[in-house]
Amino acid sequence: MSSAEATAEGGHDKGKAREAFRAVTRDISWVAEAPKPHKAWLAALAISSAMLMVGLYSIYVLVTTGIGVWGNSNTVGWAWDITNFVWWIGIGHAGTLISAVLYLTRQTWRVSINRAAEAMTIFAVMCAGLFPLLHTGRPWFAFWMIPHPNDMGMWPQFRSPLMWDVFAVSTYATTSILFWYMGLVPDLATFRDRCAARGQNLKALIYGIFSLGWRGSARNWHRYERAYLILAGLATPLVFSVHSVVSFDFATSQLPGWHTTIFPPYFVAGAIFSGFAMVLTLMLPLRHLFNLKHIIKESHVEAMCKIMLATGMMVGLAYATELFIAWYSGNLYERFAFANRALGPFWWSYFAMVGCNVLAPQFFWSQKIRRSPVIIFVLCIFINIGMWFERFVIIATSLARSFLPAQWSYFSPTRYDVGLFVGTLGLFFTLFLLFFRYVPVIAISEVKGAMPEAHAGKEHH
Amino acid sequence: MAHHDHNEPAEPAHGNGDGELYGVLAEFDTPGELVEAARKVRDAGYTEFDCFSPFPVHGIDEAMGIKRTILPLLVFCGGFAGTVGGLLLQWWCNAYNWPWNISGKPAWSIPANVPIAFETTILLSVFTSFFGMWILNKLPQVWHPFFRLERFGRVTDDAFLLGIEAKDQRFDLARTTKLLQDAGALAVENCHLETDPSRKNMPKWITALIVSSTAFALIPFAVAAKARNSHSSQPHIHIFPDMDFQPKYKADTASDFFPDGRANRGEVPGTIARGNLAPDELFYRGREFPADRSQYNECKDLAADQPCWTRGFPQQIDVSKAFLERGQNRYNIYCSACHGHDGEGKGMIPQRMAELGGAWAARDLVTTQTVITMPNGQLFNTISNGFNTMAGYAAQIPPVDRWAIVLYVRALQRARNALTDDVPPAEQNNAASQQLKAPEPTK
Repeated sequence: MSSAEATAEGGHDKGKAREAFRAVTRDISWVAEAPKPHKAWLAALAISSAMLMVGLYSIYVLVTTGIGVWGNSNTVGWAWDITNFVWWIGIGHAGTLISAVLYLTRQTWRVSINRAAEAMTIFAVMCAGLFPLLHTGRPWFAFWMIPHPNDMGMWPQFRSPLMWDVFAVSTYATTSILFWYMGLVPDLATFRDRCAARGQNLKALIYGIFSLGWRGSARNWHRYERAYLILAGLATPLVFSVHSVVSFDFATSQLPGWHTTIFPPYFVAGAIFSGFAMVLTLMLPLRHLFNLKHIIKESHVEAMCKIMLATGMMVGLAYATELFIAWYSGNLYERFAFANRALGPFWWSYFAMVGCNVLAPQFFWSQKIRRSPVIIFVLCIFINIGMWFERFVIIATSLARSFLPAQWSYFSPTRYDVGLFVGTLGLFFTLFLLFFRYVPVIAISEVKGAMPEAHAGKEHH
Repeated sequence: MAHHDHNEPAEPAHGNGDGELYGVLAEFDTPGELVEAARKVRDAGYTEFDCFSPFPVHGIDEAMGIKRTILPLLVFCGGFAGTVGGLLLQWWCNAYNWPWNISGKPAWSIPANVPIAFETTILLSVFTSFFGMWILNKLPQVWHPFFRLERFGRVTDDAFLLGIEAKDQRFDLARTTKLLQDAGALAVENCHLETDPSRKNMPKWITALIVSSTAFALIPFAVAAKARNSHSSQPHIHIFPDMDFQPKYKADTASDFFPDGRANRGEVPGTIARGNLAPDELFYRGREFPADRSQYNECKDLAADQPCWTRGFPQQIDVSKAFLERGQNRYNIYCSACHGHDGEGKGMIPQRMAELGGAWAARDLVTTQTVITMPNGQLFNTISNGFNTMAGYAAQIPPVDRWAIVLYVRALQRARNALTDDVPPAEQNNAASQQLKAPEPTK
């Protein structure tokens, strides 16, 4: 489809606008309607579900044995588990940012990627939630964190940042799912109607149940748009609050390297940075494989690169500020914590972090690089790795060298640490691939609403 | 759908399950034309009509005269309930029902409760806007008469439709159709209600599925309710047993395994725990084996391998003022409750028992002749192992402290039975010393 020219000058090419809308429906539905899945899709699903199996086995060993199978120790009590938790939550934030913040700021280019980005958010939050859940050791008692009358007469300690985390992350997950689902309903109705037209009754029934009998009524659209705007308005402060609360887990403690007020903005910037990197990691190959380059345009990719350049430099500024404050504060322990962070036993992780997060995005200054998908993809992988190291650096280096030298130790992951992380990657990609095959991957109705044809024929009153 | 493109304002064709006329449905070419048509229909005085489009068409709300939804107001109320509810929840749990004392901080302090109140505000606002929107839209609604029309299946793709219901007061099939055609409709279709009962009613198996799954879903609640309101001799079900049940014996339980039927295993005869050998007879038991027994009244006739109570102190004991003070300290802690601080057997417990009308005899240690003449070793043995109703204190008081108490009891006896001659010459003439007299022997 080459986007049909708007029938701007009153003249009537009857059916031309409809033709353009039809083409959008067809080009997006094609991904799910192709009778046989793409070979690359099948290969990717095979790999990701194998990774998921590794994760399930690691969880089995972990739950039946105890968290001693991880490399965590009395000194480094939070390690890969919390690193992965923060990493995944951060990745999820780009989805909310694209769907809510860019909606409020009227960035119409978001419509090509918001659906996939929101799906990414939900799957990333699912992966993130696994880690603290399993870190409790007895995950079947996790419901104790929800306030409920019980025969012990106990209530949660609401003034603990870990409790704030429970509320923030579960509110975030709920909001993300509802927001995503609400956006899906009109497009699921599209799938319903297409399946019904082709006589696929079972599929039509299933899509029909989930589309709630949507019929595109203007009176329904009116309330729908209002609700969408409200949800976007609610999700925006929510996404900032979630990563701020995650950073409170560290910032409200008194450990040098954690006890700092810069954490909330620094964490939020890092979350957006890593989230956009993950959006592009997912969307660049899929856009290529499924012929969606005319919908997810080059300019959209370029805009995301610019966001990564900006947030990458915010993160770099935060690193520099931390070092400056450590020196300027004159606090012996603070100075030691940062000298140790860069030059101590985990020096390699610090330099991996700075290299991937501060240096790699500098390439995005060049428009040529912002337009070459292969280089963008490679840089995004670097950023994903760098942001993982950022969380590892904050957590592990600070804990391994706390106040008492007698307690100092080193952290080495075990195979079950690695296995669970690989497993969440598997879960994430498996869910994302299934989403890509069975759910409208691009917000069909929003893309149509953003087309010039959507405003055609209004001139002649 | 070409055969529909020519409108037939004639009588509704019955058959094909067509029943009563529900309304008419017109299709327009562009969103803009739909808006214009909607305005004309509204201006003509129709109220029971709606537009249908694949995406929200800009300007149609105003054209159709749709009133602003009250959803934002509902969301505000929901969010307010979230704030208040979140604060109340935290206050009730942490400050009222079970106040937490954390480093002496106040049980209720707003700043630390803000994050959760914020999250509950967002959560309830989100619920209100999401569920409120569907409820106000009267969705989910599984069936609508327009779904019967093939054209309506394209409303989620490329169709811009306007439907007018027959129940509208101004509805007249011919005139309404004409209005829509004049507004530029590509086609106008009649829509009839379903009469075919097999399509009209929900299939029986779906009804059966809903009823039976609802019934099954109630079973767990019924079982839980019964369990909560009845008694059972069976232990409750442990879904997650954790470490509640371990394959081990607990103290003093029965065992099928051992011939004596007891889980307890006594130690092998002659076993002595580490550090409990206590080989020093004199120090640990106050006994010695003197060769010359002429001074030992109670055992002068016994054989040389039979022990006698020692008269002195073991060599480990340094009889000094500091040691005596240690003895006073230990005596006041362990002994004075019954024997009294002065050793006369009038401690708080015998006094209190006398007041209550009971009897609690504690021996007078300072005037009873047998105690005064008792050898140190025997006194030590009495402290260690008890005498009559007095329990032994070996478990509470280490041997060296028991010797200190022996020394202190000796000091009490000496003080109680002092004669004027015992007072230093410089003090002999003061009033207190004059009262000293020889003790009257008791039994």
